Amino acid sequence: MQVLRTHKVTKYFYDPEKFQVLKDIDLVVNKGEFLSLVGKSGCGKSTLMYVLSTMDTDYEGELEIAGERLTGRKQNDLAKFRNEHIGFVFQFHYLLPEFTALQNVMIPALKLQRYSRKEVEERAYEKLKMLGMQDFALKRSSKLSGGQQQRVAIARGIINDPDIIMGDEPTGNLDSYNSQLVFDIFRELTGTYKQTIIAVTHDEEFARNSDRVVEMSDGKIVASHGQAEAKQV
Amino acid sequence: MKLAMEIAKTHLLSKPKQTLVAMLGVTFGIGMFIGMVGLMTGLNNFTEELTMTSSPDIHIYNDITQDRPTILSEVNPNGFNVVLHQKPKKETSKLRNALQIAEAIRKDPRVIGVAPTLSSQVFYNYGPVELNGIIAGVDIIEEDKLFDLRSKMKSGRIEDLKASTDGIIMGTGLARKLNVRTGDRVVITTPQGYTMTLKIVGTFQMGIGTVDNIRSYANISTVQVILQQDQSYITDINIKLRDLHEAKNIAPEFQVIAGYKAEDWQTANSTFLTGVMIRNILTYSVSITLLIVAGFGIYNILNMTIYNKMKDIAILKAMGFSGRDVKRIFMIQSLVIGFVGSLAGLVIGYLLSYSISKAPFDGGDFISLDHFPVSFDPKYYIIGVIFGVATTAVAGYMPSRKASRLDPIEILRG
Repeated sequence: MQVLRTHKVTKYFYDPEKFQVLKDIDLVVNKGEFLSLVGKSGCGKSTLMYVLSTMDTDYEGELEIAGERLTGRKQNDLAKFRNEHIGFVFQFHYLLPEFTALQNVMIPALKLQRYSRKEVEERAYEKLKMLGMQDFALKRSSKLSGGQQQRVAIARGIINDPDIIMGDEPTGNLDSYNSQLVFDIFRELTGTYKQTIIAVTHDEEFARNSDRVVEMSDGKIVASHGQAEAKQV
Repeated sequence: MKLAMEIAKTHLLSKPKQTLVAMLGVTFGIGMFIGMVGLMTGLNNFTEELTMTSSPDIHIYNDITQDRPTILSEVNPNGFNVVLHQKPKKETSKLRNALQIAEAIRKDPRVIGVAPTLSSQVFYNYGPVELNGIIAGVDIIEEDKLFDLRSKMKSGRIEDLKASTDGIIMGTGLARKLNVRTGDRVVITTPQGYTMTLKIVGTFQMGIGTVDNIRSYANISTVQVILQQDQSYITDINIKLRDLHEAKNIAPEFQVIAGYKAEDWQTANSTFLTGVMIRNILTYSVSITLLIVAGFGIYNILNMTIYNKMKDIAILKAMGFSGRDVKRIFMIQSLVIGFVGSLAGLVIGYLLSYSISKAPFDGGDFISLDHFPVSFDPKYYIIGVIFGVATTAVAGYMPSRKASRLDPIEILRG
């Protein structure tokens, strides 16, 4: 089942001069797939991810997630869509420092209002437990270590059961122990929970162990290999 | 909405010092506003009251200096006449048919009281002391209706005047200067040279030097004798209205009825009213300045908060908060600062007003006053809160809008 599909996505940067970052990107991601997006700095992989995440709307071509066409939609509309369908994990965790770990996890769910406050709290606990963070639930997020914060951020990313988790260098700022931990969590999410993950990474080991590696160069997809190769367009 | 409030609350509480500083800006602005408005309004009301005690709502008199038609225009009504520098006609200030005019006006339902009076410049002599002043011939009972004289008597009763033919009620300031008291006799001399000895039956205090230091009341007939005039000699008609703010509209009507100049209290006291206006302008300009300064404080602090929270805003937007949600979070913060700050300002303002109202103040000879008059009208407290919240809303709007327009990609890409 396709979760995400792009058709001829093209994007230009205009500053300092016109420059084509993405060239006719066609990509299909299936449900439960753990996809790594790799390439040299400046190849456009992060840019592509922000287009895929719907935050960047300044592109040509088409984007479809969970069967919904997202090209040309309004920002506020897309924000609502992201809330429901996309979870994020960034290199720098970006937790809200004044809030506890639990509150951080709860915020996207409270925003979505699919469940009552009590249920949201229970679910948030569940996710934290899944990531081994239940003991730190009531700690202020600024008091946690980097690895712990990243785990809380992952819990926050999956609280609304999104169709896709998007990671921008999710292990980029972690030591090898924590990197392995985060990778194992991703593995479990895709394996056990059929979660789809798209991660931009520089970490070769991380990429090698994912289901599929999409390599980019100069704004084009130059290679796509892995278990899911056969399904590639 | 609830979530936005929760986030706003956490932001405010996580930096209590900064929040407090922002609130204090508003608090001092509103506090000063309340204090100043209270004092200024108190002063305005006090002076207004004083003026009302010393000048009638409408005053009818013979304005000798008023333009009159020249003889030339009477003779040659259709011609083009130019008369330069017309001399005033020799005329007494007598109102003809004064009592009939008074009767006619008394029938008007808008009128509470009408008091025909006459007054004259006199010298008061007591021993070697000789003072210039005014003696007013009045029907003391009518005069009481107009100016509430009874409550202003310091000694004696107003009925004592009614009962005596040569009694006067003297202003306390005048009595003190002459060093006389109730029961003493003073000699008065008119500009025409007529002299008479009168007995002081009481003293009054209006609270204004210009009245208390020069005026005394006598019966109409007494003053007519002093001026050697007949019993129909009346120079002024004082009128009290049910609604004193109607005076300006009613005065011209009475001018037509009477055929003499009818002056309303606002025109008669225009200098005082200018004072009121200037005080109001001062109060509001100072308060608005204070609030604008407080507003800039809030603007700065919110700008700083938003600058510090760019990452948070970016992640909130990534997680599905729309621009409007983000704007709401910061608007709530500024409104809370404004509202709580304003409420605290009301308390400060009240305390300030209260301490001013208790501060001793010597009005001197001119005004009898021992404390500052301060108004505690709740109207100004409501205006204060509205002012405070409105200022913070304006100050908070621009940074909030900036936050709502922030592009998350720029921040998240680092």
